[in-house]
Amino acid sequence: MNNSEKKRRNGEAEEENEEDVEDEGRDAWERTYTDERSWEALEEDESGLLQPIDNKAIYHSQYRRRLQSLSATSAASRIQKGLIRFLCVVVDLSKAAGEMDFKPSRMAVIAKHVETFIREFFDQNPLSQIGLVIIKDGVAQSLTELGGSPEAHIKALMVKLGCAGDSSLQNALELVHDTLHKIPSYGHREVLILYSALSTCDPGDIMETIQKCKKAKLRCSVIGLSAEMFVCKHLCQETGGSYMVALDEGHFKELLLEHAPPPPALAEFAIANLIKMGFPQRAAEGSIAICSCHREAKVGEGYICPRCKARVCELPTECRFCGLTLVSSPHLARSYHHLFPIEPFTEVSARQLELSRVASKTCFSCRESLLTPGTNKAGPCAACTKCKQYFCLDCDIYIHESLHNCPGCESRRITPAAASATMS
Amino acid sequence: MATLPSKPIADDVSLLVVLIDTNPFFWSTSSSSLNFHQFVSHVLVFLDLIVRLSQLNQIVVIATGHNTCDYIYDSSLDTDQVTGEGELPALYSFVLQRLEEFVNKDEKLGAKQDGLSEKRVSSLLSGSLSMALCYIQRVFRSGPLHPQPRILCLQGSPDGSEQYVSIMNAIFSAQRSMVPIDCCYVGSHNSAFLQQASYITGGVYVKPQHLEGLYQYLATVFAVDLHSRSFLQLPRPAGVDFRASCFCHKTTIDMGYVCSVCLSIFCKHHDKCSTCGSVFGKAQLDAASDRKRKASES
Repeated sequence: MNNSEKKRRNGEAEEENEEDVEDEGRDAWERTYTDERSWEALEEDESGLLQPIDNKAIYHSQYRRRLQSLSATSAASRIQKGLIRFLCVVVDLSKAAGEMDFKPSRMAVIAKHVETFIREFFDQNPLSQIGLVIIKDGVAQSLTELGGSPEAHIKALMVKLGCAGDSSLQNALELVHDTLHKIPSYGHREVLILYSALSTCDPGDIMETIQKCKKAKLRCSVIGLSAEMFVCKHLCQETGGSYMVALDEGHFKELLLEHAPPPPALAEFAIANLIKMGFPQRAAEGSIAICSCHREAKVGEGYICPRCKARVCELPTECRFCGLTLVSSPHLARSYHHLFPIEPFTEVSARQLELSRVASKTCFSCRESLLTPGTNKAGPCAACTKCKQYFCLDCDIYIHESLHNCPGCESRRITPAAASATMS
Repeated sequence: MATLPSKPIADDVSLLVVLIDTNPFFWSTSSSSLNFHQFVSHVLVFLDLIVRLSQLNQIVVIATGHNTCDYIYDSSLDTDQVTGEGELPALYSFVLQRLEEFVNKDEKLGAKQDGLSEKRVSSLLSGSLSMALCYIQRVFRSGPLHPQPRILCLQGSPDGSEQYVSIMNAIFSAQRSMVPIDCCYVGSHNSAFLQQASYITGGVYVKPQHLEGLYQYLATVFAVDLHSRSFLQLPRPAGVDFRASCFCHKTTIDMGYVCSVCLSIFCKHHDKCSTCGSVFGKAQLDAASDRKRKASES
């Protein structure tokens, strides 16, 4: 255990290549170094000392690539996003999940990252619901019903963690199909399968089940943990999902979190509709009522359903009695940034910055100097296409990943005529 | 919120980012007992208090204007504290000078737009909030030992509904990085935006009853660091209204229709969404499926 941990620390990259060791007559650990040639990135400064590698620039270029690909896809699909999602997460807990190629085991790695994923998912999609399904001993089992509480899902998964038997893709799909079949037509039905096994042991013809899922408009995506399988690829192609195989733990996390932001809304997957929703008011301080969710008497705290006056503890939820969707306005506002994303900033070269009119050479939003430390030369920075202000790379990332506001555009007044032009 | 690992921060050192509302439309029309001149003098004494409470405390002042926003003061850049005999302390004179420059710049920018913006009396709160958050992220990046940041909005102008989405974005980002937004609202009606901001981020919202004693409110409520706050009985949020207003008539509603594609809120059933252009299916289809779902569950 201790030994294996040490091995991990020696290099994440080792694991990627573990499967094809014989290749080129070199060991996997040797190839990591010969392929990456990491020594070439080292540079000496004037006094002959080694300079630290600029990880920030590498990180930023990776981020920009991701942002660009994202904005390309969203531009293609206009502003429509599937914001109301019903996602079934299928976790394969057959004996293949006990394999130790991911440390300490595939199962533990899956559980850890599913927890992060569920939290991130509800942060980004407050009006959506998740249901958990596990595959064990060749049968699929529904762990949690579709619901909006992250804690309930995470707790259920942690209790049931343990692997046994074969895996069955068909059984899982049948169960998921039955669950998602009855959701309202405006919801986006999605399935995310985390598949460890290299085989599927099915009671019938899986191709028929795949066609059935396609007909029910389930968007199935699979993340594999071992190797690519034809049946998974076929499933994803047929239903419009994505199929990826994780190389290592970091890659697995990345692939999983890609499913957290809402996918572009496709008209054939969900019918646009108006949903009747209630915006409950907080119950008066000190009033005593029995809440409909826990069936306990509570003082103060809680919200009152505007249609049937039942008390609920948390939002968003569905009223137990009249079935009205209950939300608060901040829940809706949390999703608006998906609809009005800010455009990616353009990169500004050092020369452009030196010639620019900005005299102070500082980041517009955080006032950090845009000059490279130690020297008087301009460092890399980014500029907003609309307000033409300059931002440091860290602010660029923060603005696009978390803030979703351009400080430059927000701190200038657009004339009403221009404002109405941008709104329409 | 509890998922973030606790950061090793010195727990009684504060970074206070103060957003000062300089909106001329508000200050010229405000009939209250506080004019801009008095307001600034209260705030200056308060800023001085913060710096003197702990020598490690840091303050940043950002002005929220009607046409622009800008940094006014950053105590970490301030190196020369020497003042001549009988003059105002360096902090006062510097902030006053920069504020004056800012107000002039703001006015000039407003004059360019030749009266088109006469009707809008809101200030650009979303801009100054965004700048404050970017500054705080920079402090977070600076290393494991940094002061505990918080934002204090000194606002008087009414809410500008066109800033709703961007202010909410800023609030959620502050919530994610666990930065409380405190608000002291000196206008006549309560600000729904700032009430939500304080409620969501765990800050304090105060609307002083007696504006002539503004400094006392500031010093007793907003001067203590975040750690000491847990020992105090601070004003509790009372009645934050989370009801939504519909996009078509801007009236507050209890129940309404939400477009499944863009989440626009309407008070009546429409055939087509006015925001995203989606054409809706059969009316009341949702209610029917609700019933179906309930039936299958029971």
